[in-house]
Amino acid sequence: MAASQTEKASADKIPVTVLTGYLGAGKTTLLNRILSEPHGKKYAVIVNEFGEIGIDNELVVGADEEVFEMNNGCICCTVRGDLIRIIEGLRRRKGTFDAIIVETTGLADPAPVAQTFFVDEDVQKFARLDAVVTVADAKWLSARLRDAPEAKNQVAFADVIILNKTDLVTPAELREVEARIRAINPYARLHRAVKCDVAISDVLERRAFDLERILDIEPEFLTVDDHDHDHHDHDHHHDHDHGHGLKHYHDEEMQSISARYEGDLDPNKFMPWINQLTQTLGPSILRCKGIVALKGDPQRFVFQGVHMMLDGEPQREWKPGEKRESKVVFIGRELDEELIRKGFLNCAA
Amino acid sequence: MVGDQVSLTSQVQPIEAGGEVAFATFLGDEPTLALANGVVLVNGRKVEAHPGAAILCGVSDGKWLITGGDDGRIVATGKGGPPEPLAEEKGRWIDAVATRDGSVAWSAGKQIRARDAGGALKSWTAPSTGRGLCFLPKGYRLAVAHYNGVSLWFPNASAEPQALEWKGSHLDATVSPDGRFLVTSMQENALHGWRLADNRNMRMTGYPGKTRSVSWSHDGHWLATSGADACVVWPFKDKDGPMGKAPRECGVRPQRITQVAFHPRALVVAVGYADGLALLCRLGDGAEILVRDSAPDQGAISALSWDDRGSRLLFGTDQGVAGLMTLPS
Repeated sequence: MAASQTEKASADKIPVTVLTGYLGAGKTTLLNRILSEPHGKKYAVIVNEFGEIGIDNELVVGADEEVFEMNNGCICCTVRGDLIRIIEGLRRRKGTFDAIIVETTGLADPAPVAQTFFVDEDVQKFARLDAVVTVADAKWLSARLRDAPEAKNQVAFADVIILNKTDLVTPAELREVEARIRAINPYARLHRAVKCDVAISDVLERRAFDLERILDIEPEFLTVDDHDHDHHDHDHHHDHDHGHGLKHYHDEEMQSISARYEGDLDPNKFMPWINQLTQTLGPSILRCKGIVALKGDPQRFVFQGVHMMLDGEPQREWKPGEKRESKVVFIGRELDEELIRKGFLNCAA
Repeated sequence: MVGDQVSLTSQVQPIEAGGEVAFATFLGDEPTLALANGVVLVNGRKVEAHPGAAILCGVSDGKWLITGGDDGRIVATGKGGPPEPLAEEKGRWIDAVATRDGSVAWSAGKQIRARDAGGALKSWTAPSTGRGLCFLPKGYRLAVAHYNGVSLWFPNASAEPQALEWKGSHLDATVSPDGRFLVTSMQENALHGWRLADNRNMRMTGYPGKTRSVSWSHDGHWLATSGADACVVWPFKDKDGPMGKAPRECGVRPQRITQVAFHPRALVVAVGYADGLALLCRLGDGAEILVRDSAPDQGAISALSWDDRGSRLLFGTDQGVAGLMTLPS
């Protein structure tokens, strides 16, 4: 009952797609592509610069990317106040558009945009973050990952990555850049593209924040890795090649950590743990997500977070025959893998 | 909770608004609603103030209703005649409007503009979007709420505005009728105030939600606020304002308060809730009178306004339901 209500409420909310990507990667190309296809939908588009997109019928709103720090003493709790204001205004045109697309500037950190959807009650009632889509330049991304922290953040935050301009690189270079992406963010869906020629359905209405994917798949790089990955106890470091024709990098700074427990967790241990972990490691955790089986609860508990902000709710009943298990994923900087995994396993019921 | 109270529900005449009510006022005697869909209803007369656009903000001096839209237009609607366009910010949204003594001010992002009664237009660029505007009661001076504080701007002076700083995002701005206190609502579920004599800070916290509706009592001694499950009323009579004092609470119900409007002559506050219920609360003894029963499927109370004499109360909801309550004489 509660679960179906939750799902319904979530289905009624306007999906918001956040488009990020470093300067010149092809965000505007992707946006124009989305808007010009005959999809029969109407979008409200929040852009940081007018003029570059060719739209006639769409509702376009200019934004100034006004970020402010929440007055709670945490420097990582930054929010886009302009986005709150614009979504509040768009609510007055409710029923005249199907989805919202937010374009960010090339140098923008995706965190404040994502955090906006955690912080504001009115925004949460009306809209839901559908996915962070990052456009990356196949030729230049590897270099940008070395010299531009913004580019790395954008990859780490992504639910969907469009690896664009693949016609400008050799197959070897393509494998290299994909391995670099996977080293930072193995969970995002990755699409190769030329001039952002991806199916719109690969970009919009992903419900990526609904997290289903993290339970279903192992990080893609692990599937070609010959380490024992069921127990996630591998302990290797930087750039090294495992053969199979696929490179396997570990980014020196940014990692993803996942932990799985095949059974129920104790809610009285798990809730304090996840809260405390995000409170203490929040500045270094960029994204976290999880689907958890809590002892005594017929419903799956799902959560997601950005830095110190966490949002969790019962999602739906575990289906008959569905294996009750718990899995969490963290993407961040210099995370202590051992600490996180041990802490998580200590929550076993 | 509202079981044995007196009821005025039979005194309510329904109004078919036909769209989300963004703002309510009286133009002279005429009950007037600004709808989110760009229409203004002046006592039932339909005025296309912002055709094809949404009304984002409204303010009234009792003679004119000034609305700002996502069409970038600032429009004045009077009792009769067509709507009068005052200005246009091409391609922008109008985020806030204010008026006093024939002067009008508005913000479109960081661009703040003030037009005096004679039509002279002055502009100032705020450090971030001007979310809330209000004219101070004395002199031609505008308070602009933005990130990290408020700026007090004399449109006719070349000097930089005076900055009142407080970290965070400030939304709406209001000044006490005697001009002693300036109060903003904040993103962080709090109000912030300044005593203008010495710019001393006042924090008013403890709200479970954002406060987006505030109202001063006729004597200026009290500020009623939305954002909690009770109407929180702060005392501003003393020279220190609410510092070190607890606020009064009235209209306690397990529902979030969305709108408040003090009666223009008595210490009675009209309170509207998220479930559509509306009450009158007497500040002195907390006595309650029901104006409209709850009707959650008809939306939250999104606008409340008394007429000049305080004999009629106009309300509207975000689902397009409205009504006019007339107090028995």
